[in-house]
Amino acid sequence: MDVQVWTYILVGITFAVYIGIAIWSRAGSTSEFYVAEGAVNPLTNGMATAADWMSAASFLSMAGLISFMGYDGAVYLMGWTGGYVLLALLLAPYLRKFGKFTVPDFIGDRYYSQIARTVAVICALFVSFTYVAGQMRGVGLVFSKFLEVDIFWGVIIGMAIVFMYAVLGGMKGITYTQVAQYCILIFAFMVPAFFISIQLTGNIIPQIGFGSTATDGSGMFLLDKLDQLHTELGFAEYTSGTKSMQDVFFITVALMVGTAGLPHVIVRFFTVPKVKDARVSVGYALIFIAILYTTAPAIAVFARTNLIETVSEQPYEEMPEWFKTWEETALLNWVDKNNDGIITYAPGAAILGTPDIQRTDGEIVRGTNGEAVLNNTQTLNTNELYVDRDIMVLANPEIARLPNWVAALVAAGGLAAALSTAAGLLLVISTSVSHDLIKKQIKKDISDKAELRYARIAAGLAVVVAGYFGINPPGFVAEVVAIAFGLAAASFFPAIVLGIFYKKMNREGAVAGMVSGLLFTLGYIVFFKILFPDYNTPEYWWFGISPEGIGTLGMLVNLVVSLAIGMIYPEPPEEVQEMVENIRYPR
Amino acid sequence: MEKDLRGYWKKNLQYLGVLLSIWFTVSYGFGILLAPWLNNFKMGGFKLGFWFAQQGSIYVFVALIFVYVYLMNRLDKQFGVSEEEG
Repeated sequence: MDVQVWTYILVGITFAVYIGIAIWSRAGSTSEFYVAEGAVNPLTNGMATAADWMSAASFLSMAGLISFMGYDGAVYLMGWTGGYVLLALLLAPYLRKFGKFTVPDFIGDRYYSQIARTVAVICALFVSFTYVAGQMRGVGLVFSKFLEVDIFWGVIIGMAIVFMYAVLGGMKGITYTQVAQYCILIFAFMVPAFFISIQLTGNIIPQIGFGSTATDGSGMFLLDKLDQLHTELGFAEYTSGTKSMQDVFFITVALMVGTAGLPHVIVRFFTVPKVKDARVSVGYALIFIAILYTTAPAIAVFARTNLIETVSEQPYEEMPEWFKTWEETALLNWVDKNNDGIITYAPGAAILGTPDIQRTDGEIVRGTNGEAVLNNTQTLNTNELYVDRDIMVLANPEIARLPNWVAALVAAGGLAAALSTAAGLLLVISTSVSHDLIKKQIKKDISDKAELRYARIAAGLAVVVAGYFGINPPGFVAEVVAIAFGLAAASFFPAIVLGIFYKKMNREGAVAGMVSGLLFTLGYIVFFKILFPDYNTPEYWWFGISPEGIGTLGMLVNLVVSLAIGMIYPEPPEEVQEMVENIRYPR
Repeated sequence: MEKDLRGYWKKNLQYLGVLLSIWFTVSYGFGILLAPWLNNFKMGGFKLGFWFAQQGSIYVFVALIFVYVYLMNRLDKQFGVSEEEG
């Protein structure tokens, strides 16, 4: 059977499972809808958190990114796991004891202020919307690549599925769907990794395999061989990277702290019965996440080695089938600068911009060797190869000549990763509107039933808006992800930690801190990423910190401002201090 | 009986101090600041700094959380604030 038939079968089965769970787990009250009645088993919650957290980007793009960044890829590996330590030690148990529904709930109650609540709601909405648009786009991409469905229809199908279980089941439906989605995505990620690890190193465990000797008979360690290949071609050594040390440091801090401050991750720990469960549940979540995150760098090394060995200094005519398939999608292209028919792979961009294939009457124009001819201007360096980072995970099964069902499995896994994250984010959006805005601010006497209805309407609307951005993505999707983490780091994290660990922190300090951290971070990112992208180089950055890492400074600004302003104003009222005292002890 | 909540909180902060120091040392220390130097040493085919940055730190993160869970469960019982017993 070919890949497409397999994909229809596997995607069909997984979607049937999601819909089945949606019907079985309909929510009847706001408590069920917001936090699954706080009755989720910690292990189940850990698995759901892992699926919630690992998005289309983690599944499809991360290993590919790392394979082009080498050592520098550590910013994602450490940044997106280390935050769970902060979550377990500094946030989750205390927020569980607080025992309400949302992050703005905590900020609003702890800082006895509707302004603080509103600032938190705006941050939560902004962070979640930027994130969810990317997920919907991921759904559309997988559909269009594997099933040859238009991106538009791909997004619509994805929306319909999420709508079913998020709107009907709320947190309860989402939790159990995410458990199923985790199983699918991790299986889909690991199977090709096992196969390729055996092929390249003879060891089935990828985490050990990429530190073993290569099976090519040279007796060299795989990583040494890759470093050597890199040096020969003029790249920096794979294991040392190119970013400056302070930039790596700051980006890692921003991602870690941002992770711990993301509302859709934090709310997952409101769903377990006890403080004790919240602590251990973070541990389970990180184990499930670590399985993928420790495999990704191995896949990165395998894919990098395979790519260089297959294409570098080889005649185009001898390229395998997959090279030509990806060539037609304009994701992997070759320009023969020196007209020798041989592919030269070297540092630097081969062409200006992304490939634009020349066509006459819809037919691809072919060059002397049969390659697709591009309209792009060629650059002056020797590199002749354009590789899109995102294809590394998708193309991996083909590059390694794995059976068709493995490629189909990767498609189903990518969908599971995108849908599970989208659902978690949509829930945060709907809760922010129905609970934090309507129930807490606009119509305080609203009944539970009516609030639940608003929650469902908000979830439905959020699905539609997210779908719209998935079909018509704003030009700067990649940039807004940096904004999402920067904002979470610079706004929520310091406010929550101070709220728990510093009893005398008052509302004036917290609001001033959140607003200044937010404006500082947003200003820096917008300046370099959107207004003046030409200046986005290390010589113009403050202290050599890229916009991706600026959330770290934003967090420090927030802390300093909070403490300074906090000193001027009176202590928080007695009952707030008592509340803080109370959340510190499990019973 | 009056519970010694102050003692509980102090002990908790001590645990946090120690665990977060390890967290920082392994990821930012071994994985970033000392990585170039650690890369002079090898563990199997891995340069040590590279291994800490892309593998080791993640394993340590997992271990830290479970050590914390163990310590806190014990502390909850010692100070009589555990959710399980009356």
